[in-house]
Amino acid sequence: MPMKRAVLAMGVILAFLSVGSSSYAGGEVVLRRGNAAEPESLDPARSDTVNAGRIQDDLFEGLVVLDPEDRPLPGAAESWTVSADGLTYSFTLRAGLSWSDGSPLTAEDFVYSFRRVVDPATASSYAYIFFAFQNAEEIVQGKIKDPSRLGVEAVDPRTLRIHLKRPTPYLLAELAHAKFMPVKKANVEKFGAAFTQPGNLVSNGAFILEEWTPQARVVLAKNPKYWDAANVHIDKVIFYPITSPNEELNRYRAGELDITYAVPNAQAESLRKTAGEEFRSNVQFESSYLGFNLTKPPFAGNPKLRQALSMTIDREMLAEKLLKVGSIPAYGIVPPVGDPAYKAQRVSWASLSQAERVAKAKILYAEAGYGPDHPLSVELRLTTSEDARKVAIAIASMWQTALGVKTSLVTEEFKMLVAHRHEKQVTQVFADAWVGDYPDATTFLDLFTTGSGENDPGYANPKFDALIAEAGKTLDTARRAELLQQAETLLLEDAAIAPTFNHVELFLAKPYVKNYRPNPCGYTYSKAVTILPH
Amino acid sequence: MLSILLKRFFGAIPTLFVIITLTFLMMRLTPGGPFDTGRVVSPEVQANLMRAYHLDEPLFSQYLRYLGDLARGDFGPSFTSKDFSVTQLIRQGFPVSLQLGLSAMAMALVVGLGLGTFGALHRNRPSDHAVIVFAMVGIIVPSFVMAPILTLVFGVTLHWLPAGGWGDGHQLSYKILPVVALALPRISSIARLSRSSMIEALEQPFIRTAYAKGLPRRLVLFRHAMRAAILPVVSYLGPATAGIITGSIVVEQVFSIPGIGRYFVDAALNRDYTLVAGVVVFYGCIIVLFNLIVDILYGVLDPRVSRR
Repeated sequence: MPMKRAVLAMGVILAFLSVGSSSYAGGEVVLRRGNAAEPESLDPARSDTVNAGRIQDDLFEGLVVLDPEDRPLPGAAESWTVSADGLTYSFTLRAGLSWSDGSPLTAEDFVYSFRRVVDPATASSYAYIFFAFQNAEEIVQGKIKDPSRLGVEAVDPRTLRIHLKRPTPYLLAELAHAKFMPVKKANVEKFGAAFTQPGNLVSNGAFILEEWTPQARVVLAKNPKYWDAANVHIDKVIFYPITSPNEELNRYRAGELDITYAVPNAQAESLRKTAGEEFRSNVQFESSYLGFNLTKPPFAGNPKLRQALSMTIDREMLAEKLLKVGSIPAYGIVPPVGDPAYKAQRVSWASLSQAERVAKAKILYAEAGYGPDHPLSVELRLTTSEDARKVAIAIASMWQTALGVKTSLVTEEFKMLVAHRHEKQVTQVFADAWVGDYPDATTFLDLFTTGSGENDPGYANPKFDALIAEAGKTLDTARRAELLQQAETLLLEDAAIAPTFNHVELFLAKPYVKNYRPNPCGYTYSKAVTILPH
Repeated sequence: MLSILLKRFFGAIPTLFVIITLTFLMMRLTPGGPFDTGRVVSPEVQANLMRAYHLDEPLFSQYLRYLGDLARGDFGPSFTSKDFSVTQLIRQGFPVSLQLGLSAMAMALVVGLGLGTFGALHRNRPSDHAVIVFAMVGIIVPSFVMAPILTLVFGVTLHWLPAGGWGDGHQLSYKILPVVALALPRISSIARLSRSSMIEALEQPFIRTAYAKGLPRRLVLFRHAMRAAILPVVSYLGPATAGIITGSIVVEQVFSIPGIGRYFVDAALNRDYTLVAGVVVFYGCIIVLFNLIVDILYGVLDPRVSRR
């Protein structure tokens, strides 16, 4: 009898504790989003990850925002004009803009925020995104001590003018980046690094910060002072930092999340079949590739060897049979989405069948001075992730089978790999990837200019540099795209890298979540989302 | 007693000093720095970052600066949670880990002692074997298997309890599964320890004397045998409690709990020098403190210790 009573009591307690919360809990419309990792900062100047950016996209609003195809739309600015030489941009702010505390938001606020990012004292790791602005580079370098000489001015409270040192056709899209979002001077000066904490943070986006418990959640509430508040249909957005896609999937299935950040790679294939309309995908402005260290043997001055290795990688097989996470086989460095004006280039041999490629590769391999008696021994460096390992093993076996190359895999923890890639001392072939910062081909091509900080292969080709420089001075969109396309072709024909995949973002969203559309650059705005009663 | 405690206390200072120095050196000697995200494009930007965090100074002056800040109770700014100081992060995370850990320890103690005593009293009978099997399973099945199973059963399938998260920090329902997951292995250890020490205690002459004096069984068990049987459990409790309240990396990760356990791994992977050093030093202090408490408890429980 006491046993039965205990079971009954337990049942009552459990029933009492049962979750029962949903997106419509307590009459409030709540959007609950998985957000991968804890944001390193909510300060637009000092953050650099996508997951911090997603929260900032809701908290702040820059002059422009991006639509689902990466096209700029008016944000805090209602309109703009560009001078004939492409060097001066004038923005007109919407009338009656205000901060979440009700104080007016003016062009001066943008001027302050822009200067703050380039000010060396702020130590923003993304300050380089301003380098097209007059004097930006010199201020970051410390050659100009006064950040107020940055090429931006408030003509009147509603007019902001930007002065560039070179035409930048992608400037508008770039302005949607978090680095160009306004922060309130009085609060930054009063609270210092803590100005982003709840209670201190004043923002201008569709939502305001209500709670931030590190490693637990960030809660945003609708900002009634937002200019378009009438069209915001959500009362609260909650971001959960859940690092493991498996835990995230569990919480989604338990009904505790409306949108996930990702899906576990191992389950992508089965979810694609079973999750129906909840399974969603978004091709990203991202490229993965294998880099060759061009500064050391065996790859220095040996394009034939590099091309042979690149050609023997069966990308279709890797994407469709091995990874099965929707990745697109890549034959160029600029992804096929993201930059509407640009036609992505492919290596010249992309049209050959895999068998033809292998046959050609064997000839190149022999011409490079290698063969059965003298096989290439090479180290392939990769990160510790399960998928990276799978791909690397497959590639090593493709090289072995087709050419007889002996590959040893060197697994390195991410930061160690990054450091080694930059130093170019121990690397031979290495896994690398890049996510575009703004929807323009140069966000990828600039990496490979001589001496660029992220030029991990150490590619140095004066012709390539000249084409990029020429494009930088060209105002005509079509002509500029053509020059950049030529540069990409050159990079690919030199086989400085072996492109592998373009990543596709996979995630789950409940059927009642409507209008959630991340764009290729990864910007998402909760403001557009509606949640149907359910 | 007091002199022993003072000796232990001052003896801990060099230990902590060595911990601080080793942590500092090992972190700096690892390749890669806090700002190697694979995205920092311009060398000037990198230089500004290093300067802002004093990482451009010689290692020794960085070390002195760190010791100086530490002496003032300042763990420095976190590199990965830039909007919070390390002190703030520990202050926010520790109460969560503490609450979780103490609840789990209390649960482990009550259930573990109960099972152990039960097993000892029913020695070699089927019910005793059941206790042993349960204890073995609890020890063998690691948290990273047990925690997801609990989540799947009670969160995803039955929908009785949340599958993860911490709610607003005041909801009981979010705490049940993590506490159980954290307590299970400890229940097993305590059950095994207390079972064998209880069996040993029951065979001691003073127990026979107590029975001979005609004391009732319950009194003999709880006043005399338990006191002797609990000693090995107490020495286990010190480090176990310290470990459990400074956060379980696995359980906090699986249930997305905002404790400080996760910082050990995350901070090291991100080369968050100050956060790693902060949690290690903090953890060191807690271990030293709990070993002290255990020494005191031992003295109270076992007269032989204080007489020595």
